[in-house]
Amino acid sequence: MSNDYKKPIPSPQGESDFYWEKAKAEELWLRECPVNGPYFYPRDISPGAMRKDTKWIKASGKATLFTFSIVERAPHPGFMDDVPFVTAIVQLEEGPLMPTNIIIDDPTPEKLQIGMPLEVVFEHINEKIALPKFKPV
Amino acid sequence: MSDLSRSVAIVGVAESDEIGKVENKSNLQLHSEAAYNAIEDAGMKPSDIDGIITAGTSTLNTAEFMGLTNIKYTDSTAVGGSSFEIHIAHAMAAINAGYCETVLVTHGEAGRSARNRPGPNLSDPASQYEIPYGFIGMPINYSMACMRYMHMYGEERTRQALAEIAVSTRKWALKNPKAYMKDPMTFDDYHESRWISWPFHLFDCCLVTDGGGAYIVTKKEIANTLPKKPVWVLGVSESHDHGIISQMPDLTQTTARRTGPAALKMSGLTHDEIDLAMIYDSFTYTVLATLESLGFCKPGEGPDFVANQRTAPGGDFPMNTNGGGLSYCHTGMYGMFLVLEAVRQLRGETGERQLENPKTCLINGTGGALSSTGTIVLAID
Repeated sequence: MSNDYKKPIPSPQGESDFYWEKAKAEELWLRECPVNGPYFYPRDISPGAMRKDTKWIKASGKATLFTFSIVERAPHPGFMDDVPFVTAIVQLEEGPLMPTNIIIDDPTPEKLQIGMPLEVVFEHINEKIALPKFKPV
Repeated sequence: MSDLSRSVAIVGVAESDEIGKVENKSNLQLHSEAAYNAIEDAGMKPSDIDGIITAGTSTLNTAEFMGLTNIKYTDSTAVGGSSFEIHIAHAMAAINAGYCETVLVTHGEAGRSARNRPGPNLSDPASQYEIPYGFIGMPINYSMACMRYMHMYGEERTRQALAEIAVSTRKWALKNPKAYMKDPMTFDDYHESRWISWPFHLFDCCLVTDGGGAYIVTKKEIANTLPKKPVWVLGVSESHDHGIISQMPDLTQTTARRTGPAALKMSGLTHDEIDLAMIYDSFTYTVLATLESLGFCKPGEGPDFVANQRTAPGGDFPMNTNGGGLSYCHTGMYGMFLVLEAVRQLRGETGERQLENPKTCLINGTGGALSSTGTIVLAID
């Protein structure tokens, strides 16, 4: 954690406060719809079925790589020291797809295989926010 | 909706006075220059305009800037670069419902040179769940969709298809004096261009330029009195199925899978009867996914469909004859420029790149993170 964090920082909203509080405690939580099961990102009323009787569930933190990009050109000044870095969509063990980063040294296409197993890690970026990211198992 | 087919026409099209690198002109200045030129192209007067549509700013701003006060229909639908295809559908609906008679649709975006840019809305889902991870800008979003396509259908043949699209589009640009890119591109140039976000090279990505565009839609009775031949709107369809890329139901198919067949059905035409395809090319991959989604070929067959420079000058599937967003002009919301080229080709106004007597054109716009599509079928008598 450092005070010179220069990347965009999430601004929790009412329906996502719990998600970010749990992330700070290094836990990944999802919302679950009684009709369509777990979903990401969290909102009180489930997407599609639009059910209000949804609940929070704790995710296992296990996932597989669904797709990725190796970013060579920093898209924002805060990422200048990070390139090349990996943006990814991962499929959580519970089913939903989740946007994230893959933590890996010197990323190359050969090191990143779609379907490879991953597990969640948390990067604490300030006093309130920890970003769930993933690393190869 | 088929009873609306041919009920309205596009009767005026224009760019702003300059496009490309245009310093010292605001977005609204670019809107108004294009509007001035489109009204002149149509042979109309500003007072003929009684409906106004735009995206990216409010019509309150555009109408005020141009001093248009006789407004009976207003629409600021903004779903990304496809908005300007969808606007044709909305103009058709408004005119047929009797809201107004003549609609001016404008675009202006100093994508390269703007002095001021809007900041992110921190309460949007992207600001919480994607942007903090560096999902910033469309090359990164689209490259992840393309990577999934490569995984499903093969990296080598996908790569070749992307190269075919980049190279063929550049060939068209060399025939367009207004195109930003002036140098030929070889396959080696494509493969050797620097990485932006793997699997995208620089030449997989559209330009970032300045420019404005405008077109005018009016009802049949007025269109038939104007000096230029009307370009009839035969079919329209619009859709979207997500906002941010991680929520896209299928990274290899856009909602063109619905809007393509729907617009064609309304038009009464089949895929084989389309003389020109104007396909939003924010990225080479956008074209590949769109041709499949529209139904020109089956999922995964796009690389065969575009092989051997089939979409280049002289090929049997002419596409993006203006040089596209890849090599002609891309302001950020490129959909306006698809319409301008479609109308000019059908009118026979495109000089060296003119196709031989085209009668029909299918336009497909794609907006956001492959989020929205608008498909339009046009024809000239």
